Amino acid sequence: MSTQASPAYQPRKSTLVPTRLRSGFAIVLAGTILIAATMLVGSRVSEYYYLAAYTILQFIVLGTAWNILGGYGGYVNFGTAGFFAVGCYTTIVLNKLFQLPLLIDMAAAAATAGLLGLATGYLTLRLRGVFFSIATLALAIVLQTVIINWSFVGGARGVYVVRQEISGLFDSYAHLLVTLMVGLATCAVLAAWAVEKSWIGIGLAAIRDDETAAETSGVPSLRLKLIATTMSGALMGVAGAPFPYYITYVDPATAFSLAITVNSIAMPLIGGTATWWGPVVGAIMLGSVQQILTVTISSAANLFIVGVLLVLFVTAAPRGVVGIVRAWKRGRK
Amino acid sequence: MNFSWDLLVNAIISGVVLGGFYAATAIGVTIEFGMLDIVNIAHPAFMIVGAYLAYLVWNSFGFDPFIAMVIFAPFGLFFGRAFYRAYHFFFERRGDESLQGLAFFFGILFIIEIGLVLIFGVDYRSITAPYIGPTFGIGLISVSWRMMVPFLVGLGMLAGIQLYLSRTFTGRTILAVSQDIEAVRLIGADPIRAKEIAFGIATASAIVAGILLLIIQPVEPSVGREYIGRAFAICVLGGMASVPGTLVASLILGVAETLTATFFGPSWSPAVSFGLLLVTLAFRPAGIFGR
Repeated sequence: MSTQASPAYQPRKSTLVPTRLRSGFAIVLAGTILIAATMLVGSRVSEYYYLAAYTILQFIVLGTAWNILGGYGGYVNFGTAGFFAVGCYTTIVLNKLFQLPLLIDMAAAAATAGLLGLATGYLTLRLRGVFFSIATLALAIVLQTVIINWSFVGGARGVYVVRQEISGLFDSYAHLLVTLMVGLATCAVLAAWAVEKSWIGIGLAAIRDDETAAETSGVPSLRLKLIATTMSGALMGVAGAPFPYYITYVDPATAFSLAITVNSIAMPLIGGTATWWGPVVGAIMLGSVQQILTVTISSAANLFIVGVLLVLFVTAAPRGVVGIVRAWKRGRK
Repeated sequence: MNFSWDLLVNAIISGVVLGGFYAATAIGVTIEFGMLDIVNIAHPAFMIVGAYLAYLVWNSFGFDPFIAMVIFAPFGLFFGRAFYRAYHFFFERRGDESLQGLAFFFGILFIIEIGLVLIFGVDYRSITAPYIGPTFGIGLISVSWRMMVPFLVGLGMLAGIQLYLSRTFTGRTILAVSQDIEAVRLIGADPIRAKEIAFGIATASAIVAGILLLIIQPVEPSVGREYIGRAFAICVLGGMASVPGTLVASLILGVAETLTATFFGPSWSPAVSFGLLLVTLAFRPAGIFGR
């Protein structure tokens, strides 16, 4: 883009917020409004809506996390469920040992999963991208085998988790979890937006388009990829941390479910991978469709439809909903 | 863990026999991933399709698995060629294979698995045949025919594919594609057609491997997942594009898994292939036969 303004070009009047920060401001505003709304609604709606909202919010976090590495950098992570489960089991271990507040569990989960991401990235990101993808697939299975053989956290049988006492602010545990998840989703989207607009995002986009060219022109590719992998892993882990309290019974098959992985890939790809709002749109769309299908048909059928939608979008609309919207806007001009 | 030499020798022998079957599951990935640079993580899902097709004709008409192989391997060949055409049209041509293409295969894997659950349910399906059940022994060593048959078929399949690749014009074109696709274009051969045929062969091998799996053990829709790690571990360990490398790596993995299962318990064996894969990727990405 040229820096010279054409005669017709009028700089936009700057209002309260600089244009550059407008999207970030909108994200914070949306998060605040949603939290205020949950506080207002309290327990006046059926618990089911909270459980549904929790699932969708969880997928906003997971999809956004996946997109930081997959969408911006072009490195496909097949191990979302592994990172998610690491977060889950961090909470379980801490819960069994110390009974700490949930926020501390989440911080610990983020740290563990982030370190795991860093280690995996360090070992495999120097190779071609597909090796990273296959390694993440492998990682999830190795971790699952470890958990199955680790009786302290319940092994293959699974483990019951006792919910902690809730403070007076919240009407029910579901209410607390959803409020927490809104906050978490806001932070995740904000983080993705910050990455996208900063030098990290620009560097990652250069890597995605042509890694050799990017390296030749001085992009520190390994460092950027490691930052992205660590952030992405930490966000996936933190998304898993409240999950044991949400379902109260966790077994390896649930925590490492392939459905988590396929959703976290399908949502950004259906929404659109190039922007921070693509995964959000994808998660809300696909998440709502799944909730409706689970209730009306069956949960196996809803997963089948996620697979079909994923295949349809990557073949027919590889730029996702964002791409469709952009093409439509261009068409109108 | 009680150690005894008997146990060790038996574990190694059955590991080698198991490795022959693993070679059958991995040769398709060696062709697709190693030679054609197509990361078909849905390959094991095609295997499971083969297993269910064989189950279906056995259940309805009482056909032996070998008859099923003769019927469905050509089907796999044609289906694979058509599938590659579609993949090429939507992804390779556009240069989208790294992100969208990979997600596409993942979606296919998922659709096949859930589709089979919806049709057949999650029950284990098994068949009977004269060679399923009896064992034969030489001294202290005993091997079951149930394992020996897939071992022999696997070896035969690898030998056949190696002969095809090294002796025929198309086979050599496929090998050339894996080395330098531009050079293949320059000498006037059609690399897309070579890739199409190779993908067809790989898919047919997946169908055969799936039928072999049904001979070895009862099958349910999600067992394919374990073979993603195994097949890719073997492919990478064997040096990506090498048929003999695939065989050696398969035998190594088979022995490693059997030893782990014998001495540490079978619940650890899924981690063996993936652990081997992670270690190979981290320390020797070119594989044991790589340069």
